[in-house]
Amino acid sequence: MIAAHEALADLDAMTVRELNAALHAPDVATAAPAWRIVNPHGAHALACGIDAPIRVDIDGHAGYYCAGMNQRATVHVHGNAGTGVGENMASGSVIVDGDASQSAGASGIGGLLRIRGNAAARCGISMKGVDIVVGGDVGHLAAFMGQAGTLVVCGDAGDALGDSLYEARIFVRGRVASLGADCIEKPLREADRAQLAALFERCGETGLDPAAFRRYGSARRLYHFHVDQAGAY
Amino acid sequence: MCGIVGLFLKDRRLEANLGRYLVPMLTSLAARGPDSAGVAVYGAPVDAGVKITVARTAPDGFAGLAAIAAATGSGAPVVHGDHAVLTVDEAALEPAIARIDAELPGVEITAVGHRMEIYKDVGHPAAVAEKLDLAGMSGTHAIGHTRMATESAVTVSGAHPFSTGPDQCLVHNGSLSNHHSLRRGLEHDGVRFATDNDSEVAAAYLTQQMAQGLGLRDALAAALRDLDGFYTFVVGTEDGFAVLRDPVACKPAVMAETDAYVAFGSEYRALSRLPGIESARVWEPAPATVYVWEHAA
Repeated sequence: MIAAHEALADLDAMTVRELNAALHAPDVATAAPAWRIVNPHGAHALACGIDAPIRVDIDGHAGYYCAGMNQRATVHVHGNAGTGVGENMASGSVIVDGDASQSAGASGIGGLLRIRGNAAARCGISMKGVDIVVGGDVGHLAAFMGQAGTLVVCGDAGDALGDSLYEARIFVRGRVASLGADCIEKPLREADRAQLAALFERCGETGLDPAAFRRYGSARRLYHFHVDQAGAY
Repeated sequence: MCGIVGLFLKDRRLEANLGRYLVPMLTSLAARGPDSAGVAVYGAPVDAGVKITVARTAPDGFAGLAAIAAATGSGAPVVHGDHAVLTVDEAALEPAIARIDAELPGVEITAVGHRMEIYKDVGHPAAVAEKLDLAGMSGTHAIGHTRMATESAVTVSGAHPFSTGPDQCLVHNGSLSNHHSLRRGLEHDGVRFATDNDSEVAAAYLTQQMAQGLGLRDALAAALRDLDGFYTFVVGTEDGFAVLRDPVACKPAVMAETDAYVAFGSEYRALSRLPGIESARVWEPAPATVYVWEHAA
């Protein structure tokens, strides 16, 4: 459905490079603050590198690195997203109605990544401040090497959750297949529940109970070289 | 990198469209593998006998092929671009293969089977599909591969799919780390290899497992135990179509299923032009999980 005020980008009639150049125009926020992309056909790098407070709706499935490096924009994928959706995003929101492939939100330093379906392996790998909320399950090695930010999983988590974790915070409502190296369960305190409630409010989610989640974080045993373990290196 | 596509038709009425569906799938993944391409097409079974597909690797490679066809009681070879398909009696299969190997240095046998024909060539996937008239081919299922060579030469024999048994083929995205030791074991058991490629080892491993009595599903379950490295495999048999990813699952895979077909693509864009894709179930196959579809034999 195309609203009258939306700029239409039909990828049967233009290239991804042309689309992204238009989204990068210096005056895009005033000239065309709302976009609708149709016929994406799983193309890669859709709506990458935006730095403007605009809204982009993608009607269909997106390929790799959709909304990567996002700043300030709201990018909404009305379908599934391929590898690396919202990778290295700094601010703004990226919403995926369907499932996301591996490495969703990789290295993200800020903003909100909302995946309504499932996310595959390595969701939030090396996350550095982004907040990621997954409505379904996540695959193995979620939040691998996560340094900062929050990963919330409303379903189950696969093997090696939070492996080699630094200070990213992880909340899981369902079952955790296994914890990765140096990741431990921690008590869910009042401040944690308040953080979750605020995050759900940002997502527009009213039906999620923060008390139903369990919290995981770093045991901080891998932070520094430990001479007692020199023989193990 | 490399790109993989596969299409298994559940609705027999679509068989005439198999090639037409496959061409955009294959060419959409040219960026993942621009140096060579190949397809295994499971067409109509021959009424009697076995099909041998050969690829020409020298301009005059087909000289002498007609004489071998005549001497082994088969009809005239059917030519598709730089490939030809001979149909020989079961009894004449081994002599025909021996004569092709011995007398025709300018061709390579790519496939043997009742249904399966394998076409593979160096060059851009779109050019390969065009030369073969892939769009005009029909059949029950097909598996294609676009190759970005990382591990052995860009040649016809190094292109996928690999076939190491009648009507069996495998395509691979990834790299195996224990293929040398697997190869030594298989060679000890009498398996002969055509290339130095790690993917051929995986194909031969599955052929051996199935020759020892395992079904396609169990052979792939055994592969999870015995193969080490990165892989997404798509495997074809006369009636079957299977997918397997390694437990780490770095190599991409997307599948789509409707009442009419099951389709595989390394990326979703390979599937985006299929009929009914808007309402298909689209999912990412799970790591270390065997997926098999089979037609009733």
